[in-house]
Amino acid sequence: MSAAPGNARWNVIGLLPAQLIMLATLIIPVGIIVLVSFSTRGPYGGFEYVFTTAPYKQILFNEGWSGELEFNPQYLIVVARTMILAAATTFICLLLAFPAAYYISLRKPAMKMLLIYLVTLPFWVSMIVRVYSWIIILGNDGVIAKTLRALGLVDNMGSLLFTDTAMLIGLVYSYIPLMILPIFASIEKLDPALVEASHDLYGSRLTTLRRVILPLCRPGMVAGSILVFVPCLGAVLEPILLGGGKTMMMGNLIQLQFGAARNWPLGAAISIVLMAAVLVFLLWRGLRSIRREEAEAAA
Amino acid sequence: MDMDVSVQQAKAVEIKGVSKVFGGYQALKPVTFDIRENEFFTLLGPSGCGKTTLLRMIAGFEQPTTGAILLRGAEMKDLPPHKRRVNTVFQSYALFPHMTLEQNIAFGLENLGWAKDRRAARVADMLRLVHMEKFAGRKPQQLSGGQRQRIALARALAPEPEVLLLDEPLSALDLKLRQAMRDELRTLQRQTGITFVFVTHDQEEALDMSDRICVLGDGEIQQLGTPADIYEEPSNRFVADFIGETNFLEVDVLSVEGDEATVSTPLGMTLSAAQKRVSGGGRGWMSIRPEKISLPARPGEIAVDGTIEGANYLGGYTHYVVDTGAVKLRVSKRNNVSRSRMFETGQPITVSFAAESVRILGA
Repeated sequence: MSAAPGNARWNVIGLLPAQLIMLATLIIPVGIIVLVSFSTRGPYGGFEYVFTTAPYKQILFNEGWSGELEFNPQYLIVVARTMILAAATTFICLLLAFPAAYYISLRKPAMKMLLIYLVTLPFWVSMIVRVYSWIIILGNDGVIAKTLRALGLVDNMGSLLFTDTAMLIGLVYSYIPLMILPIFASIEKLDPALVEASHDLYGSRLTTLRRVILPLCRPGMVAGSILVFVPCLGAVLEPILLGGGKTMMMGNLIQLQFGAARNWPLGAAISIVLMAAVLVFLLWRGLRSIRREEAEAAA
Repeated sequence: MDMDVSVQQAKAVEIKGVSKVFGGYQALKPVTFDIRENEFFTLLGPSGCGKTTLLRMIAGFEQPTTGAILLRGAEMKDLPPHKRRVNTVFQSYALFPHMTLEQNIAFGLENLGWAKDRRAARVADMLRLVHMEKFAGRKPQQLSGGQRQRIALARALAPEPEVLLLDEPLSALDLKLRQAMRDELRTLQRQTGITFVFVTHDQEEALDMSDRICVLGDGEIQQLGTPADIYEEPSNRFVADFIGETNFLEVDVLSVEGDEATVSTPLGMTLSAAQKRVSGGGRGWMSIRPEKISLPARPGEIAVDGTIEGANYLGGYTHYVVDTGAVKLRVSKRNNVSRSRMFETGQPITVSFAAESVRILGA
């Protein structure tokens, strides 16, 4: 940032490889999706490059026989359901991840390394395999159901599998490491003297947690929430494997349009709307925190 | 008047046989002493002497392995830090970065359940006390080191603690600011009348500010007394060496009579001087402070011949090294006349000292 002006050209050349990779793997594919979302559905699936905004209208409206638009909230319901599920997942991840991260941060260095390694361990196994394993755990003949029956606690409970709960469990399981790691990082940065200062100034454990530890770990919790919430919006595997494909989520909806429904333009339009929503949210957050910093610097 | 004396002597903190072991390492051997009400008490010692451990045990952050700590007569065992009427000024200040200065100072008062009006008044008083009233709404990151130091003080003093603990609070400041803060701390202590327990490894700071100093070394008390006691009457070699500068000469103890010992010195003469913990017939150490040696010699004192081996000009003082043949003596001479004559390296000279300035210490 503070490079001398004469170095500007070298900066451009030095960054070129990274920019080319961004262009090839991010900007061009997104450009294609944008293009597809404004094109016309082909008679046998696929699409033709004829400009139209119809796919976007389809998200909210049904086209009647005579071309009149009729409001249809079916896709909005999917969006709302997805948002709620993603928010619930994020919230549960926060509740579970904070104590876990705090526990890890209080261990001795060697133990800390080991526990953090264990947190990241699932990433080494294919996502499909991991989610699949929950079918075995949650199924009617799975560990949970069998244990409960053996203990005589329940006679015949309905299957846990293929429910919204199963989907939620799967999502929390899949994404909780992304919550633990940033929270752990922010707790590690916390000066232990601040915790002592709070106790010293008559703060009980609860007061110290509420007024000192949690506020100072906020950046980690915000980062973790974004890392969990955003991929949850587009989750495909968990709804299919654990939700049984019974409830439609945004990820499945998009997949369906590109697959069985063969309506690429609509699938592309929904993708763009999802991406735009996330982008606007993150931009708003980013601007807000920049403005707050500026206000503090000016004070 | 009698009342005052009794208040003076009241005990703020009693340390009774307190020791601390960290995983097999004895950080502090059992120590016993009292800290008086309203005094500026300093725990002084090199790093690793156990002084910070002792402070943290008073605050409640560490539990003594043995012994008891009493605060105004009440046993502190099992009382967590947030229930002790003791506040700490941390070495790193530990100001809450997400709170304004006002909120930092009010934190302890809120936890004590002070009403809002009383709290606000106290915060304003504290800011005035440390001359920071203009900065109330700022965050700690926007302050300089000295300002943070003041806020840390204000925050710790606000809840009117029975004892204020200060953990090397000046070590992070630059020299000039440190000097100014010393005076400010001393003034604050007098104004508030609160008992200060100050931890430092800086002997000059300790001498400057303290009513009494407890010198800790190797996990035990080496000496406890007023600054003058400790400087002039060190009880052993460790204290004489750690506090200020001194010349140590190994001597043969010829005889001991009460507080006096007669020794034969490597300077070639036999002398009698005040002794501490010396047994007759053995070896001992003679200590003479560099500023107590006269250069050139004064009549009536014990004279020693030598040559100037080196001179360091320090502005107010010049430090000389005088080679007497058997030993080299460090001599500090005040430059009390402008451009007064310096002694040249290699120049033969006679120095002298009074027997009253000599201390004989146990080996």
